[in-house]
This record gives sequence, C-alpha cells and structure tokens, in this order.
Amino acid sequence: MSEGGASVSERPEAATAASGRAGLPPAIELRGINKSFGPVRANRDVSLVIQKGSIHGIVGENGAGKSTLMSILYGFYQADSGEVFVDGRKANIVSPDDAIAAGIGMVHQHFMLVDPFTVLENVVLGAEGGALLAEGKAKARSELQRLEHEYSLEVDIDAVVGDLSVGLRQRIEILKALYRGAETLILDEPTGVLTPQEADHLFRILASLKEQGKTIVLITHKLREIMAITDNVTVMRGGEVAANVATKDTDTEQLAELMVGRKVLLRVEKTPAQPTETVLTVTGLNVVDGAGVRRVKDVGFTVRAGEIVGIAGVAGNGQSELLEALAGIRQPASGHIRVRDQDISAEHAVDARGMRELGLGHVPEDRHRMGLVMPFAANESSILGYHYDPAYNGRIIMERQKIIDLCAAQMKAYDVRPDNPLLTSANFSGGNQQKIVVAREMERNPDLLLVGQPTRGVDIGAIEFIHRRLIEMRDAGKAVLLVSVELDEIMSLADRILVMFDGAIVGEVAQSEANEQVLGLMMAGVSPDAADEVA
Amino acid sequence: MEQFDFVILMLDAMLRVSVPLVLAAMAGLFSERSGIVDIGLEGKMLGAAFAAAAVGALTGSVWLGLLAGILASVALAMLHGYACITHNGNQVVSGVAINIMVAGLTVVLGIALFSRGGQTPQLPAEARFTALTWPGAEAVADVPILGALYSELLSGHNLLVYVAFLAVPATWWVVYRTRFGLRLRAVGESPEAVDTAGISVAGMRYRALILTGILCGVAGAYLSTAQSAFFVREMSAGKGFIALAALIFGKWRPVPVMLACLLFGFLEAASARLQGAFDVDNASGFVREVLTGLPFLIDVLPFILVVLLLAGFVGTAVAPKASGIPYVKER
Repeated sequence: MSEGGASVSERPEAATAASGRAGLPPAIELRGINKSFGPVRANRDVSLVIQKGSIHGIVGENGAGKSTLMSILYGFYQADSGEVFVDGRKANIVSPDDAIAAGIGMVHQHFMLVDPFTVLENVVLGAEGGALLAEGKAKARSELQRLEHEYSLEVDIDAVVGDLSVGLRQRIEILKALYRGAETLILDEPTGVLTPQEADHLFRILASLKEQGKTIVLITHKLREIMAITDNVTVMRGGEVAANVATKDTDTEQLAELMVGRKVLLRVEKTPAQPTETVLTVTGLNVVDGAGVRRVKDVGFTVRAGEIVGIAGVAGNGQSELLEALAGIRQPASGHIRVRDQDISAEHAVDARGMRELGLGHVPEDRHRMGLVMPFAANESSILGYHYDPAYNGRIIMERQKIIDLCAAQMKAYDVRPDNPLLTSANFSGGNQQKIVVAREMERNPDLLLVGQPTRGVDIGAIEFIHRRLIEMRDAGKAVLLVSVELDEIMSLADRILVMFDGAIVGEVAQSEANEQVLGLMMAGVSPDAADEVA
Repeated sequence: MEQFDFVILMLDAMLRVSVPLVLAAMAGLFSERSGIVDIGLEGKMLGAAFAAAAVGALTGSVWLGLLAGILASVALAMLHGYACITHNGNQVVSGVAINIMVAGLTVVLGIALFSRGGQTPQLPAEARFTALTWPGAEAVADVPILGALYSELLSGHNLLVYVAFLAVPATWWVVYRTRFGLRLRAVGESPEAVDTAGISVAGMRYRALILTGILCGVAGAYLSTAQSAFFVREMSAGKGFIALAALIFGKWRPVPVMLACLLFGFLEAASARLQGAFDVDNASGFVREVLTGLPFLIDVLPFILVVLLLAGFVGTAVAPKASGIPYVKER
C-alpha cells in the first residue's frame, strides 16, 4: 500500500503531462469526489482530468471504485462531496437526464436495451422528439443513417434487438449515445463479452470517434487494452486515484503494480506437462437445457492426469452447461462421460454427490449462486457438498467445532482474509470468497478438478494465488479441466486448449501454438485450419 | 328466423357481459405493461362499483357516481403503487390485500351509510346509465337480419358499453403510437434501460397505474350503475380475475385481449343461458349430474384455458419481462 502511495507522489509530472493541449478546457474534470455506501468508502477524494478528443483509460481492480465514479458522472448516484466540470464549466449532474444534456453518454457493461424493440425504437427511447412516435421515428431514421455512415457503425435499423449479436448490441448503445449528442462517451468494460476480433473492431470505432473530436473514457481491468488505445490512464485503487499517467510513459508491469500496490507476476511460471493416464473421457455428449434447447452438441474430449485442459469461448456458448453436466448437476441427454472406470450416461446418471464420490472436485462458475450460500457463515459454506463427511458428523448432530477448525485450517492454507470461520460468507471480498470455494474443492484432493471462471471478479493477488495452486494440482498428477472466458487465463494455464462455439467444440490447439488471433477466430466459429490461414 | 333471433340474443348478452371484462383487461394491460402485476383489478372494480352506486344514490347524479367510482379506483391504484413502486413491496401480496380490504370495506361502509346489509338502495333512472337508442333503430328493426343487427346489436346499449369498446382502439393507439406507449412498453421490459435513458421508472409506473385506475373505475361503475341499479356485496364476482385471465390469454396485446374477453363473455352468457335449460327431471343418474354441472363447468373454462396456455399447450404467453419485479437500482 505504502509503496504504491509513494509512486504516486513521485510522479506529479505525469498528472500535469495529462493536462496537455494548451487552451482547450478539459472535456471532463472531477475534483475531490467522495462517495460512501454505508461504511464502505467507494470513492475518496478522487480528482482527474480528461482531455478533449482523447481516449482516457481508467483501470483498477474490482471494487477500486471505477464504476462508482462513472455512475456519479452519469448521474446514477450523487457524490457526497466534490465537483464535476464539463468543458470547463461546473455541472450539476443529478440524473442521467442531466448527464445526457451535458453531452455525456454511457455504454454500460450490461446493455441497457429493450430486447423486443427494434434498433430504431431503442435509439429514440427517451429522445422521441414529440408525443407521437411516427414523426420522431422518421427523423431519427435519417439521423441514424447519417451516424452509421459517419462512424461506420452499420446496424439494421429495423432489426429486433433481441435477435442481434452482442457486438451489434454494443454498437446500438454507442449509436444511442451519439444520437443524443454525446461529446464524451464512457464505456464500462466494453470488451468483456466480445471476441478479440470484435474487440479490435470496437477499438477501430473508438479511434474514428476520437478523430471526429469525441472524447472517450474507457473503464477496464485489461491492461493490454489500455496500452493499445488510450492516450492517458488513471489508475484507481481502494477508491482512490493511485496515479494519472500518459500511456506512452508507462507499461503493463507498472500499471499492474499501481493497481495492486505491490509487485505482481503477470506471467504464470510452469514447466511442460507430464500427462499420464486418462481420467476423464467425454464422448458424443449432448446436453439440453430447461427450455429444450440443445446447449452442448456432440462434445468429445479427454483429460489426462497431470495436465490442464482449457475450454475457451465467448460466454454462453455451452461451456456452462458442459461443466454442469460433468459435475452431475445437469443430466446428459445422450452420450457418455467416463470418469476413470465409471461410465455415466443418460441411462446411468450420477448426481453431484455421486460425482464427488468418484473423485471429482468442482469450483463452479458463479460462486454467489452455486459456490457459496451467501448468508451462511464461512465454515458452513466450506463444507457445502461435503456435509455428509463422517469427519465432523456425529450420530445425530454435526460437530460444529470440528467444522470450524477445518475451515480455519483451510483459510490459513489459502490465505483467506479475514481468517475468521464465523464471518458471513457475503462479507468476504470476491477474491477471498473464491479462495474459500477453491480451498474446499482442492483440499479434498480430487483426481479430477473442474474449474469454472476461477478468477472472475477476483483481485490480482488472489488470481496469482489461484493460478499457482492450479499448477500445483497439475504437478501433483491431478487432471484439471479449466473453463474460462478470459483468453489470457486459458493461454497461460492450459496445456491443451479446446474452443467451444455454439455448443460444439470447434477445435483443439496446443498451448505452444495458441495465439489470440487463432483462438479468437475459433471462438467465432471458424475451424482451426481456416483460422490458421486467416491469422 | 327463430335461430337467428337466438344468435342475436346471445351476442347481445355476450356484449353486455364482456363490457366490464374489456375495461378491466385494458386497465390491467396498462399496469402490467409497465411492469406492475395487478391482481387487484377485482378489488378496484368492486370499490368503484360501490362508490358509484353510493354517490349515485346520495346525489342522484349518474355523472357524480361515475366520477366517484373512478376516484375510488384510482385511489386504490395509487395505494398499490405506493406499496409496490415507492416501497418495492410484493405486487401480488399488495393486490391480494387490496382485494380483501375492499371486499370488507364496501360492506362496512354500505351498512354504515344505508343500513341495508351492505346493499345500496335502488338507483333512480337519473343515477343510472340507460340504453341509448340510435337514430332510426326502431324504424329498421323489422328489416330482416341487417335491421335486427343494427337495432339489437349496435343500438340500444348504454354509454359505457360504447366506451368499453372504444377503449380498445384507444389503448392500442396509446401503446403503439405514442411516446408514452413506447416508454410504457420499455419500462415493463427493461426498466434499467428506461432509467439510463433519463426517464423516471417510478413516474412511468405511477402514470400507468392512474390509467389502470380510471379504466377499472369505469368498469366498476358499469356494474352498479349500468348493468344493475344498485350495489350488492361482492358484485364483481371474480370478473377482475377473468379479465386478468383474458389479459394473459391475449398476450398483453389490446385486440387479442378484447377477443379473449369476448370469448369469456360468450362463455358466461352461454352458462347463464344453459342453467335450467335442460330438462333434467327426465334424465337420471349420471346424465343428470352432467347436465346440471355443465353450466358451472363453462364458468371455469376461462381459467382452465389460461392454465393450459401457461402450461404451454396453447401457444405460449410471455409476460413483460420486468413484470412483478420491483425496480431497485443495484449498487
């Protein structure tokens, strides 16, 4: 903490360098913003300057206060104290309406679109231009065509939004903001749901917006994106501004250090895998969801002891259903899952407890929904799925103290903070909650570990820790299946990478041959050979 | 010719019975399209029926009666809004509470005001909506078919019947052709999108509930001051729930909802017609049971149809996505 603080005061010149371009008032200036939610101080004395016509990055870990700050700027929340200046004039923004009037547009992480509406209806919502729709729609149609052309944001105006891809929906959000006359565009984690190619396209759009004099604020936790397209960057940590720097004067290592407050190792160190016998064999697996849609289509692969197999893909391409089927939560519609010598199929289904008894551990994708019971104490959450273990079950009642001791030991081994087994699960930070789940599953010493999104919403320190543990599991001769939408994570951890698209496995790539272009194309459904050629 | 008369008679009965259903269903359409589930249609209708009859009886004015009905219904709608919009209460619980409260309150107030066991006195003609005869209706009444259609089916209804069936195109126009309608549909699907567009979610929902209150008020006034000439306890008799069923059956779209109301109205008219229509004395045993039970079976048919619809046997009913969920800004 103190180290990071020192590095801020060392670089006051960076802050002034950011206020370049003589004469022009900054597009946005925030001075001394404070915001608390109950006892949590989400923003402390935040000041920053965003130059007109620049792309300004804001990085920070989850809970660093980036989103709160932008929500204040967009009028979703009111700051407890502090001032906002737009174009050099003090602005009083108390609702999104005021922000729109001040020329600020926002593209939210979760799109704010009405699915059954057409693109046109979504764009005019809130800016209809009269009590009757017909006239306003006609006007909006020609204006939209102009905007689409000017910024190469092609979208079919009459398409129903619910039918469009994620990338297209994002364009509609940008169009919405531009239609309302936004001069400054805030994008909150815009690439989280995009393939690398879609992200590149988005960056081209942002660059062209910048050329037209628009100001872009990019909120992200991906340092690579910051380095690729921003002019200046603000690093936030613990609700405060840790640094304001010009992008050209910094690098990812330094930004990571500023974000975390200490040196971090971005690369995972590991030796080549030494795989031995096959632990998991999946053949012709089909999984159908509750609505009757086939979400996993004829999937087949193997995982051997001593290797990590990664499953990459854009969220929602069947990875979740596959993982649930393997964990015994969802029954397969057809096909076979073989764990060692046990065959599991639609006719011989095994539930989640049965799978665990076969030597399988499962770190579920969504720790809030599936990993923990949030209102339970940590020690109670730490035995979920293993509650029948005789180690702490008396004849009638559970032996509470044994559970607490077990949890305390796990917390110590996995550096969970605070290491209090009696604290409610919900009161731990994301990273520590995840460590509780990971500890629970790994400490049972499973032969096969299923891991879904192990580092989603987890701070860098915990990411490092969890990654190291996964490698240790592998080196101890366990089979690990890793499902993640974070391509970096897959590429640095997995020994073999499978890519899923639309429920099917598009292809397999060895770690040594994996690169972002090839994987990105495969994530969009292009076969590996074709992807190789294009990339 | 006799058969034709019978058809006309049935259709005429269907129209009369459908009126409160159509009005209440359009009322519910505004509420549910804005994302507020309205189980309380029944209670609002009942409250309005009482208020209209009581004020009509006290003042002798049909218009003051109608106004009182509308005000009572809007007040109940606002109560629902206060619980569900301002305080994010459970919409079903609030609706049920309103239904129960009104069922008791109308009787208590009725006894306090008129001492007739919860009933209001018979309303004089000037405190009632009476049939309007269209120009030339009597003159053409004898013209075969067309004349009968004109004089029986089109002419000869009270004002509120016409109001009800004009409310349908009006609702359609408001929902699909106006700024208010666009925002209404949006707020029921994706309130966060409405919020980020700089529109007040609560404001939109309250406005929708005011419209719900007005339409339900007219429906209630129809029951006590047009269809009958007095208020009697629990006179809404489940019509609010049938309207709700029609709303689901019509998939929250004005014209299909009206058609569903007409279908349910026809069933109700048929059931009334069939009661006692069979010569059950000569039948025996099982047949007799079936024949006496049949009209009642028809009564519950709307609900059976809705259950089948919701279970996915008759197409699918997809409610407005945000319906029933209070809008709370997430942290």
